[in-house]
Amino acid sequence: MNFVALKMLVGDRAKYIGILIGLTFASLLITQQSSIFWGLMCRTFGQISDMGQPDVWVMDRKVQFIDDVKPLQSTELYRVRGVEGVEWAAPLYKGLLKARLSNGSFQTVICLGLDDSTLIGGPPEMVEGKLEDLRRAEGVIVDVVAANGKLAKPAATEGGAPTPLHVGDTLEINDHRAVVVGLCRVSRTFQSQPVVFTTYSRATTFAPRERKLLSFVLVGAKPGVDHAELGKRIRAATGLAAWTADEFKAMTMKYFLKYTGIPVNFGMAVLLGFLIGTVIAGQTFYSFTLENIRQFGALKAMGTGNGTLLRMILLQSLLAGTIGYGIGVGLASAFGLLTRNTELAFRMPWWVLAASAGAVLFICMLSALLSIRKVMRLEPAIVFKS
Amino acid sequence: MITAVDEAVVCRGVTKTYGAGPDAVPALRGIDLEVKSGELMMLVGPSGCGKTTLISVIAGILDQDEGTCSVFGEDVKQLSPRAKTAFRGRTVGFVFQAFNLLPALNAAENVAVPLLIQGVPRKEAVARGRDVLERVGIGNRWRSLPSQLSGGQQQRVAIGRALVHDPKLIVCDEPTSSLDQETGHKVMEILRAVAVGPGRSLVIVTHDARVFEFADRIAKMNDGRIERVVSSPKDLRS
Repeated sequence: MNFVALKMLVGDRAKYIGILIGLTFASLLITQQSSIFWGLMCRTFGQISDMGQPDVWVMDRKVQFIDDVKPLQSTELYRVRGVEGVEWAAPLYKGLLKARLSNGSFQTVICLGLDDSTLIGGPPEMVEGKLEDLRRAEGVIVDVVAANGKLAKPAATEGGAPTPLHVGDTLEINDHRAVVVGLCRVSRTFQSQPVVFTTYSRATTFAPRERKLLSFVLVGAKPGVDHAELGKRIRAATGLAAWTADEFKAMTMKYFLKYTGIPVNFGMAVLLGFLIGTVIAGQTFYSFTLENIRQFGALKAMGTGNGTLLRMILLQSLLAGTIGYGIGVGLASAFGLLTRNTELAFRMPWWVLAASAGAVLFICMLSALLSIRKVMRLEPAIVFKS
Repeated sequence: MITAVDEAVVCRGVTKTYGAGPDAVPALRGIDLEVKSGELMMLVGPSGCGKTTLISVIAGILDQDEGTCSVFGEDVKQLSPRAKTAFRGRTVGFVFQAFNLLPALNAAENVAVPLLIQGVPRKEAVARGRDVLERVGIGNRWRSLPSQLSGGQQQRVAIGRALVHDPKLIVCDEPTSSLDQETGHKVMEILRAVAVGPGRSLVIVTHDARVFEFADRIAKMNDGRIERVVSSPKDLRS
C-alpha cells in the first residue's frame, strides 16, 4: 500500500507543493537562522580558535570573555611559568588601538602582541609574508579582509575603488609608525574590527602607557598533563583565572548569550520559521487528508486496517518532510555558499542540520497526527453516503 | 426451503437506530432477509427507508444493534475489528455510487487496490487489474486516470475493483444512479454477466426502476422494514 500512499500524495499536485513549501520554508529558516546565529557565536571566540597552540589561557579572575581584557602585572608570567606541568608560558597583549589611515581618518583595530621570541599566538594562515617578518623593525601583520576593506587606502578620486593595503605600506598606530610586513587570514571578530599582529614589546609601545599591559598568559602543558587539571593548578598557585581553550570559548559564548539580545532575536526567527512551517505544512496536510477522506473511507471499507492507514499517512508525511528538508537545507547551503566572502556570519555545523531535521520531523509527525486521528475515527460507512 | 449452504446472507431481526433519546432515528426495525448463493438481490425503496444501512450491515462496515446477520456462515458482528476488516477485504467487493476511485491511480492500479490491500506484489496486482478491465470491456483504457474516463467507464473500473480479488459477496450502492439510462443499462449488463456466478452473490441497493429487470429477487423496503420480496419487477406493482 506504500505505492498507493505515495501516488495519493504526489497525485494532488497543489496540495503536495503546498506541503513541500511549508516544510521547505521551515527547514530553510531554521537552518539558515541557526547557522547565522552559530556563525556569530563562533566570531565571539574566533581569536581563541585561531590560536591553536595554547592549552591553557591565564587571565585576571574578573575576565568574562575574550574581549574583556583586564591587564595583569608582567610578573604574573613568571609565576605561571613556575607552576608544575607548564611546558612554556608566553605573554599576549590584546587591545583596541587607533590606526590612522592615509586620508587622516581613524580606524580602531584589535592589536595582538605576540611573545617576541616564540611568536606564539600568531595568525593561523599567512596570505603574504612570513610570521618571522614581525621581527623586522616596526613590522605588523594585517588581516587580509581589513587590508582590502577598512584599512584600505581611500580612492584618489571620489567614487573610485580604495587601494588595498600591501606589504611595505605603512600605518600609524597610536602615533607610532608601523610597516606592513605580511597579510594573514583570521577568523572574523564579533565586531568585525581589523586585526593587527605585532610583537609583544612593540604592541606595548603602541599601547597607551599603563602600569599593567599583559593581557593574557598563553600556556603550553607538558606532555601527558591534563589541560583542565593544569588550569586548576595554575588557579591554585597564582590566584588567577586559568581556562582551557574550550572552557574559555564556552565562557565567552555564555557571556554573549547572557548579555546580548542575540539568542532571543535569532531564537524568535527560528521559532517563527518553525511555527509558520508547522501551520502551512500541518494545515495543508490536514486538508489533503480531508479531501481524500472518502478515498480513505473506501480503502477502509475494502479491508485496509488502521495500522496500514497509519503507515500510509506516516509515509506520506515523512516523504514530504524528507523532500522539504532536503530542499530547505539545500537552499540554506546555497545561501551560505553565496555569502561566504561577505561580512555575514554563517556556519552550518552538523548539529544545526540535525536540529533542523528534528524540527521538520516534529512538524511532519504533528501534521500526520492530526490526519491520523481523523482517519482512525473514520467510519467506513461514509462511502455509502452520496 | 433454503438450506444454510445455499444462503450467502442471512439476516434475522436486525435493528439499527441512529442517535439516542428523543433524537433517535430508527433505520432498521427488525429485518429478516436471505440472499442465496449465486443470486442478484436488489434492495429497493424510497429514500431514507434503510437500504444503505442494511447494505452497510451486510457488508460488515456497520454493526447492527440487535439481531444477527451472517455472511457465508460468519456472524460478522461477533468478529474483532481487525478480523472484520480482514473479512471484508477477503469476502466483500464494493461498488459505490460515487465510484470512489483514487484519482491519482490509473484504471488498472485502481482495480488492483483490493489485491494490494491483501499484500499481492504491485506488478502482479496491476497485471491482474488489467485482465479484469478486459473482462469489463475497457482493457484499452487501463492507463487512464479516473478524470480521463466517462462516468460509465469509471463505474466499470469500480466493478473491476469489486471483482479483482474474487470475493463471494459484492455489494453495490446505487451503481447506476449517476449514469444515463443507456450507460446504466450497460453497467448492469456487465454486473450481471461477470459478477454473478456460482458461489458469488450480489446485493444491489437502488431506486432506479429501469434496472429492476436484472434482479433475481427484489426486496422492497419501507420505513426500516422489508415489505415484501418478489421475483419480478411486475410483482412490485401488484
